[in-house]
Amino acid sequence: MMRYLKSVAFYAVVVVIVVVSVFPFYYAIITSFKTGTALFSIDYLPTSFDLSNYRGVLDSPNFIRSVLNSVLIAGATVGFAMFLAVTASYALARVRFRGRALLLMSILAVSMFPQIAVLAGLFELVRFLGIYNTPWAMIMSYTIFTLPFTVWVLTTFMRDLPLEIEEAAIIDGATPWDIVSKVFLPLMWPALVTTGLLAFIGAWNEFLFALTFTASESQRTVPVAIAMLSGSSEFEMPWGTLMAASVLVTVPLIILVLIFQRKIVAGLTAGGVKG
Amino acid sequence: MTQIQLKNVRKKYGAHDVIKGVDLDIRAGEFMVFVGPSGCGKSTLLRLISGLEEITDGTLEFDGARVNEVIPSQRGVAMVFQSYALYPHMSVFDNMAFGLKLAKSSKDEMHARVRAAAEMLQIDHLLDRKPKQLSGGQRQRVAIGRAIVRDPKVFLFDEPLSNLDAALRVATRLEIAKLHHEMTDVTMVYVTHDQVEAMTLADRICVLRDGMVEQVGTPEELYDAPNSTFVAGFIGSPKMNLLAGDIAAAHDCATLGIRAEHIDITKADGLWAGKVIHTENLGSDHYLFVEIGTAEPLVVRQPGKQQIALGQTINLTPQAAMIHRFDTGGRAIL
Amino acid sequence: MTATPTVPKGRSLSAQRKRAAFWFLVPMLAALLFVAAWPLFRTIYFSFTDTSLTSLYDGKWIGFDNYLSYRQLSSGKVIWRGTLVDPAWWNAVWNTVRFAFVSVALETVLGLMVALVLHRNFVGRGWVRAAILIPWAIPTIVSAKMWAWMLNDQFGIINDMLLRVGLIDAKIAWTANIETAMIAVLIVDVWKTTPFMALLCLAGLQMIPKDIYEAAKVDGISALRVFWRVTLPLLKPALMVAVIFRSLDALRVFDLVYVLTPNSKATKTMSVIARENLIEFDRFAYGSAQSTLLFALIAIFVSLYIWLGKMDLGGKADQ
Ligand SMILES: Nc1ncnc2c1ncn2[C@@H]1O[C@H](COP(=O)(O)OP(=O)(O)O)[C@@H](O)[C@H]1O
Ligand SMILES: [Mg+2]
Repeated sequence: MMRYLKSVAFYAVVVVIVVVSVFPFYYAIITSFKTGTALFSIDYLPTSFDLSNYRGVLDSPNFIRSVLNSVLIAGATVGFAMFLAVTASYALARVRFRGRALLLMSILAVSMFPQIAVLAGLFELVRFLGIYNTPWAMIMSYTIFTLPFTVWVLTTFMRDLPLEIEEAAIIDGATPWDIVSKVFLPLMWPALVTTGLLAFIGAWNEFLFALTFTASESQRTVPVAIAMLSGSSEFEMPWGTLMAASVLVTVPLIILVLIFQRKIVAGLTAGGVKG
Repeated sequence: MTQIQLKNVRKKYGAHDVIKGVDLDIRAGEFMVFVGPSGCGKSTLLRLISGLEEITDGTLEFDGARVNEVIPSQRGVAMVFQSYALYPHMSVFDNMAFGLKLAKSSKDEMHARVRAAAEMLQIDHLLDRKPKQLSGGQRQRVAIGRAIVRDPKVFLFDEPLSNLDAALRVATRLEIAKLHHEMTDVTMVYVTHDQVEAMTLADRICVLRDGMVEQVGTPEELYDAPNSTFVAGFIGSPKMNLLAGDIAAAHDCATLGIRAEHIDITKADGLWAGKVIHTENLGSDHYLFVEIGTAEPLVVRQPGKQQIALGQTINLTPQAAMIHRFDTGGRAIL
Repeated sequence: MTATPTVPKGRSLSAQRKRAAFWFLVPMLAALLFVAAWPLFRTIYFSFTDTSLTSLYDGKWIGFDNYLSYRQLSSGKVIWRGTLVDPAWWNAVWNTVRFAFVSVALETVLGLMVALVLHRNFVGRGWVRAAILIPWAIPTIVSAKMWAWMLNDQFGIINDMLLRVGLIDAKIAWTANIETAMIAVLIVDVWKTTPFMALLCLAGLQMIPKDIYEAAKVDGISALRVFWRVTLPLLKPALMVAVIFRSLDALRVFDLVYVLTPNSKATKTMSVIARENLIEFDRFAYGSAQSTLLFALIAIFVSLYIWLGKMDLGGKADQ
């Protein structure tokens, strides 16, 4: 009896965890299918299935623009960071040289920077380079968090690759570049995908720089577009459209995260616990 | 043919002395085995020869030319690792051809050399497989094949058999011996902690102890004339009997060594007498463990079937010519 | 490739590798200098000038005036000026610290609890783990908007739930109300970030060898004691790292506050107020000074943490 009660209690906790995790997103979905006055009746279960909010979002050229902006910016930032990080992490993980530990610490320190601390300087730089209100401003500035992150995580992955394989390659006449490009890179695909995905999510979600370095609606990224979405007055938030847009930009992320679940957990812990 | 000379070679990791001044001549085309207990620096010494580790002090010469600063691929060495170290994402063919590809050899030459090596090792039917799809023995053959393809002057092995099971180990050992006979112009250096491997493969053995050379010689020399108790105890199975105390004193030495097969059982008046406390029967011959008042029982080897029962007291006489005498420092007295 | 061993002096292997390492690191370091070190330096520099947003290059050096300065009036009264005597700044500092402390504490405790649940073997564990990843996957801005809707005073489902259960008698304007705005921010942050903590804790738990538990079980030690005496101490290193990462995140919080409770005095954090001054109020240099202070605060926090915890963030770097 006691046992039975205990396991009921345990499953009750599990149910609470799941409901709390999922409910807000569920509620956003059912809201996104409501229009007009239906929005203002509080329902716990789906009551209507009206796609007009979605039509509204997808018909808005600026929303599509901002999705494209975000994809471009996050993709370019991650590509750039990975390109620099792969060779750097080889050097950090595999070559013994003086000051290596210090260098790793500094890179970690950069990833702990409060972004606001560089905002003024970056603003000047963005203006100076004439890239204000263009995607380049974000591609450049996002490097500040994607690059240290990818370097750090790839370094921990790279450290775990077997030493003898590298030595075999050295004996075979491979230069460090050959080792990175022909031996390690093919072995690191899973790590690269995970790291890339995490960095992509970070760039996709960034708000402060995107808010500060864009002016026109057509240059906004998704988070800024959603944050700025407003009705004709402060008291008329277009909640239906807002929720539809939110669901649209979140569903791909959730799907990706669920697909790469295990790898992501490994990547997060590589960046955290194992470090 | 490459002759390898080590002159007072040292290796330090930080303050930790690992190789403490090794002088050694490895003759061109010979099969040299480094043997010694685990942690004595065998792998380190091999890696110094390969160029994977930098020599802290001393010189390494290949055919009289200093190669301390030459990178491994330019030394003309090939190496077979304990863990095989195959490239997991490449097929067997690509594994074997990788070095040639990096050296930008022509396609034809690459195919020809990989094929030749694969046929020699009978792995030509495996060329399209990935290392994952191979057994341990096959992997080791591929690793050897990869080394052969490089057409090395010096062939280095670091405990290549230790990941294989007993039966496969004997078969692969044979394979390596065959390789040595076929590749007569290649100098081979082989690291193992297993003295049986050393005895069966080597032209000459170098016994290492704690980062220093203890003795260098042919297997027979080491077996017949060990220059220290360390070598005496390390080479040969069963271990040479090493007796101290009165028994040694009677022969004017600190330690007396006598191999198990050099002790005769005598009818009445033996030099030593003792009770048989344990026996091991190997079929072709058998060992008697005799308690004669020393720290460890004396091991006596007798041919054929066991005739003496457990618990029986027997008289023993060592063959006088086969007695090894060592001083208090463990050095052989000549 | 079978070059004779008599090849002329090459560079030794480790020299070759060090050289390659140098060139491998240069682009990355150059990029970081360009987007991190230089802008940081400029921000600090601006904080000592009177630069304005509209004329970035016309600023004059004014020393510490943005931080603290005083002027003596003819009446003999001393007037202090600068961020360090700005009540709005200290309000933001207090908000930030309060937010960081409460959110990280809650997330750690809840995350640990969720991790302990997930560490058990039960039917559907994979699904539960997937479910808790959802809040983490949702962009902060989207979560802020979703919760803003749920916390809406008139039509929000949270008020509805609480009314039905009888916990409140009147609808609450969660995000607009001074007393509840911080609670609203905390709710959303805890909801969004607990999964991250839980996953880190779970990874830590899974690294603890199973036989330790079995040994404890054999010895008949109660589950609670095992948790305090065995699990927690072994989990501590992983937990420490997770806590410091989260604290740093919390100290620089911007987007959630900016979107969920715009312009609320009760939640405005250091990042929010600094950006407001930098960009919106055209007090560029003043905002730079505040940014610099936040940077200094975080730097001190990190040094203290490393010093106190003697934490090996570099990990195996020195192997
Ligand atoms: N990279 C290294 N750094 C520090 N010490 C090492 C390193 N490689 C080996 N050693 C030390 O050198 C000694 C000899 O190692 P090794 O040559 O691998 O021994 P063996 O192969 O004979 O078992 C050991 O004590 C080992 O701990
Ligand atoms: Mg070894």
